[in-house]
This record gives sequence, C-alpha cells and structure tokens, in this order.
Amino acid sequence: MSVVAPPEIPPSAAPPDPARPDPPRHRRTLPEWVKANLLLLPTSVWFAFLLVIPLLIIIEYSLGKRGVIDPVHFTWSHLRYANYKDALDPDRLPIFVRSIEYAAISTFACVLLGFPLAYWIARFGGRFRNVYLVLVIIPFLTSYLIRIYAWQVILQDNGLLNRLLGDLGLGNHHVFINHAFAVILGLTYGFLPFMILPLYASIERMDVALVEASYDLGHGKVSTFFRVILPTVSPGLVAGVLLVFIPAVGDFVTPSLLGGVRTQMIGSTIADQFGGSQNWPLGSAMSVLLMLFILAGVFVYLRRVGEEAL
Amino acid sequence: MSHKSALRPRYLKLHAVLVFAFLFLPIGVLVFFSFNQARSGTDFTGFSTKWYSDLIHNHQALQAFRNTLKVAIAATVVATVIGTLASFALTRFKFRGRSAYSTLIFVSLVMPEVVMGVSLLAFYANIAHFKLGLTTVILAHVTFCIAFVVVVVNARLASFDNRLVEAAADLGATPFQTFLRVVLPLAAPGIAAGAMLAFTISLDDVVITFFTSGPGSTTLPLYIFSSLKFGVSPSINALSTFVLVFSLILLAVGGLFSARSAKRGVTAIDVNALG
Repeated sequence: MSVVAPPEIPPSAAPPDPARPDPPRHRRTLPEWVKANLLLLPTSVWFAFLLVIPLLIIIEYSLGKRGVIDPVHFTWSHLRYANYKDALDPDRLPIFVRSIEYAAISTFACVLLGFPLAYWIARFGGRFRNVYLVLVIIPFLTSYLIRIYAWQVILQDNGLLNRLLGDLGLGNHHVFINHAFAVILGLTYGFLPFMILPLYASIERMDVALVEASYDLGHGKVSTFFRVILPTVSPGLVAGVLLVFIPAVGDFVTPSLLGGVRTQMIGSTIADQFGGSQNWPLGSAMSVLLMLFILAGVFVYLRRVGEEAL
Repeated sequence: MSHKSALRPRYLKLHAVLVFAFLFLPIGVLVFFSFNQARSGTDFTGFSTKWYSDLIHNHQALQAFRNTLKVAIAATVVATVIGTLASFALTRFKFRGRSAYSTLIFVSLVMPEVVMGVSLLAFYANIAHFKLGLTTVILAHVTFCIAFVVVVVNARLASFDNRLVEAAADLGATPFQTFLRVVLPLAAPGIAAGAMLAFTISLDDVVITFFTSGPGSTTLPLYIFSSLKFGVSPSINALSTFVLVFSLILLAVGGLFSARSAKRGVTAIDVNALG
C-alpha cells in the first residue's frame, strides 16, 4: 500500500480569520468619492449646461457690444467695458441704489411686522398654534404674482382705497401706484411670510428658562430682549433677512405691477434690456453687477453675523 | 407678577390680528371682486359667477393651465429624482469638492430670477439654438427646482441615524437592499416635501417662464401677468381666485399627507428646514 500524502492545503484555503473583513464584500463597494460623484452626475451635468454655461454667456455678453443681426457682437480681441460704465452712469446708478433701498426698507418692515407675530405664535399660540402657522404658510405657498395683483386692485386710481377715502370725504383722486410707497408695500407684503417662518422656527426652539433666568438675575425687559432673546433667535433672523432681501432686491414682478418709470428697480430694468430695449450687453452687465452685489453681500453679511448662525 | 415677559401677550395678540388682516385682506378683496357683476370699478353691482363661466370658454387660459400642469409635473419629477441623488451624495459621503458643490447649490438659490431667466434665454437663443417652447420652460424649471429639493432632502437626511444602515449590513443586507428598504423609506417624507415645494414653486413661477417660453407655451401665471398690461379686470380676478383655490387644495392635500407622516415624526412643510 502506498501512502498517499494528503494534498497540501494551500494557505489561501485556510479558514477565514474572523478578525479580518470579508474580502469579496469589500471588493464590491466602490470608493466613497466615486459613489458620491456618480450620484451627483445628473445634477452636475444639469448645472453645467443650464446654470454655469448660461452665467458665463452673460459675462461674455457683458463684454461685447450690440450686434446688428445678432443681439450681441463679441470678440475676444475687443473686450468692452463700456457696458459696465453705462450700467453705473448717473442715469442708471440710481436704479441700483433704489433697488437696495427698497429691499432694505422692506426687509426692515418685515422684521418689525414678522418678529412679534412669530414670537406670539411660538410662545402664546396655545392649542391653535398650528392653525396660525398654516395661516402664514398659505400666503407663503400661494402665487406671489396674484398676491401683488391684489394690491393693484386696491391701489389703482379707481381702486378700493381711493373709493374708501372718497367715502370718508378725503378725496378719491390719490395716486398710489407708481410711488415708492406702493412698491415697498408690495415687497413687504409679498415676502413677509419668508421672514415669519424662519423666525418662528428659531423662537420655538428657544428655551423659555433663559428668559426667566434673565429676569431673576435682575435684567429688565429691554435688556432681556437684546441680550437673551435676540441672540438666541438670531439664526432665524439671519435666514429671514436673507430670504426677504435677496429676492426683493432683484424683484421684477412688484415694480412692474405697482411701480412706474420713477420706481423701476434693477430686476425690471434688466428685463427691459432683454425685451423692449434690446440692449443685451447692457442688460448682461447689469445682471453681472447684481449677481456680484448679492454674492458679496451674502458673504460679508454671513461673515459679520457669523456663519454658524445659519 | 403675572406676566414676566419682555413682550406682552396682549399687545402681541393685537399685533398678530393686524398682521393676519394685512396678509389676508388683499386676497379677500380680490376674491370678493371676482364675483362682481360690473366690468370695472369698485361698485359692487351684484353677485355674479359669469366671470367664472366665461373662464371655461377661454381657450387661451385653459391651454395655459394645461401647460402649467405639464411643466410643473415634468419639472418636479426630474428635479426630485436628480436632486435627491445629489442630496444623498452630499449628506452621506465625504469627498473632495463637497463644499464647492454646496456653494453651487447656494448660488442657484440666491440667483435673482431675472438673472437666471435672461441667462437661460441667452443660452437657448444663441448657443443651444433651442426653439423656445414647453421643453425650454421645463428645462428652466428643473434648474431652479433642484436646489430646493436638495435643501429640503438634506434637512431630512441630516438627522439620519447611520447606525440603521450599519445594522442592516450586519444583518446581511446588500448595499442595494439597504438603500431600498432602510435609507429610502426614512428619507421619503423629506423627498415628498421637496417634491411638493418644487411643484408649488414651478406652478407659481412667472419671471423665469417669461424669458424661456415661446408661442404656445404660455403658463397660467404668465398668461395672468401678460393680461395685467390691460389693467385690472374681473375675469383676471376670477382666474386668480381659481389659482388661489387650486393652491389651497394642493396645500390641504400636502397637509393631510404630512399629518399622516407626522406620526412618524416629520412634517411635509418642515419650517425648521428654513431656519
């Protein structure tokens, strides 16, 4: 009888070391950055073509001049900065200033109107709190255009307000539309829910014990408001200011519906350059300036009030 | 001391009543005058629903309404799918360029509508040579909806407990099974909320549609906006009321949906996502 040596067990066939991770399962998973990029691919392609390239075109157009056949004539050898000069000349600079002014006043008005309301809902809303909240969400989610149009019904020359004033013997020939008042009112009305909701979210999270503690430690009402309540709700305030100011400064609907020639804002002016006036290079330069202003403004604002506040 | 509050409830309540009146009176006026018999002016000459029955025969308005729905549905589906994928990547993986990507999302959020509108117009007209129509409107709407979906889904995924995924893997689930059975159901309320927000925003958009639509692709908000050049009219009041009621119905459906999922600890309209 010949002794057959038992086949040598190759080291790889050794029983798996329980301490080691399972190799085949490991092989199937891709590195994290590959997975992440695969998931991001559709959005990346979308943003590349429909966000980044269009913005680059606007930058390019802002350096060109009005074409004869095409709306813009652009050559790399003759970059023109004249559009920027035109956009900031004494005729148009006031449009920028006015837009910032209207948006700032509206934002301030939204804080004044929105903060006490948000505070009341969050702390004294009682069992109807969700009902009040829905009453804020309804205008938040209904058409901005229609809500601004409603003011046109009220403020127009033969509108409701003139009629009411007439009935009170105060004259019914007031002109409200085309005045700064109408545009600022519209912006405030239109964006107020955008202020209330984030304010509410952070007031609701506020610990009431902090307020009580402040009183117990001898702080007055004013001092408690500025030193305890305001700092704790600042994330909501920061978010609210951004959510109101940014869309307000570039708004196109409200100045078109409630404004006139003297109250045109940057958004409606840009729209006009791409529509009736057919000056695409100037409109592009104004768009670039508006975009830069907003990005720089947000950057500086978040730096000053603290990014962690958001 | 009864009320040791810096802000007195009594004054706050009065303020709240006034602000709510400010928010709703103009809408009420609009709805009221949509039932006015008179063609113009502020004399309420009698109750009438004729402006509503006229709407049924207004082919332009009906066509615009159909277009609005087509655009909103298509844009919501596309933006929700690709926005959710992006949100998964941004919240569940660490990779280089993540913060740059978040910046891109942020830029699309803070970009003024007018700037997005004119830049898309320039792209369609002179680079892509697309004919302006429903397709160009849908492409534009997806572009501004993506960021809203990403922000809302991110808020939901931020509170995601990763141990659940690990538990699934330990119990022998493949990554795909884990995704389908664990990750997706947990993210679903956030995805639904994102989709609802995208749908509402698309439904109401007028500025970007203004620049990206062509003949035959007018949406309802754009139709209303163009009609306003001819001034206030009761038929526009009726059409606006119709749009408001339509939004309210959607909101109610969304509210019911979120009330159901609230039992699982989430709401469709998550106000915390805004703060």
